[in-house]
Amino acid sequence: MAGGRYPVLQMPSADEVKTRIEAAIPGAQAEVQTADEVHFSALVRAGAFDGLSRVAQHRLVYDVFEGELGGAIHALALKTEVT
Amino acid sequence: MSDNEIRDAIATAIDDNDVILFMKGSPASPACGFSARTVAMLEALETPFAAVDVLPDPRIRQELSALSKWPTIPQLFHKGELLGGCDIVTEMYESGELATTLGVQAPGDAPEQAPAGPEPQPAPMGIENRLG
Repeated sequence: MAGGRYPVLQMPSADEVKTRIEAAIPGAQAEVQTADEVHFSALVRAGAFDGLSRVAQHRLVYDVFEGELGGAIHALALKTEVT
Repeated sequence: MSDNEIRDAIATAIDDNDVILFMKGSPASPACGFSARTVAMLEALETPFAAVDVLPDPRIRQELSALSKWPTIPQLFHKGELLGGCDIVTEMYESGELATTLGVQAPGDAPEQAPAGPEPQPAPMGIENRLG
């Protein structure tokens, strides 16, 4: 952050979204696409999803972007798979 | 209504209705494409459901997400449990799991792919024109 007076609304790139998912969820591999850098779609594969309900799997991913969904990230269409 | 009362009203609505959808807009005029798609899937299965519009008061969405630990809208609940948002409901619809979970028989003419639903209408702004 440039230390300005106002918070800057950072527009994340698809790469950033991918990197953050993979950093936060051990063993995760993410494919992320965006046409406009506000609506994203992601396919996330992770061993950490094993034994979790789909809702719990999606929550793990949503938790990475807590507070940003509906803000800088308007929408994150999600598909999860256990590896 | 205080925030606590809103949260209690949401919890009661989830308890009282076997199938309840929290959405933007109403089933007849959804205000967002994801809500429209979720409504269209439930309608394709001809399953009765209750619907709550989260738009009239931002605290509805805030309290709902605090309760469900789910950040986005729509949210579909079945017998008190969150089934998911539009993505999960779409996967469940296409695999047949949604009909099974809801205990309904998919009608013969229900599309295999999740139906897109009507074009979302922008939410009414609630501005009253008193100039005319």
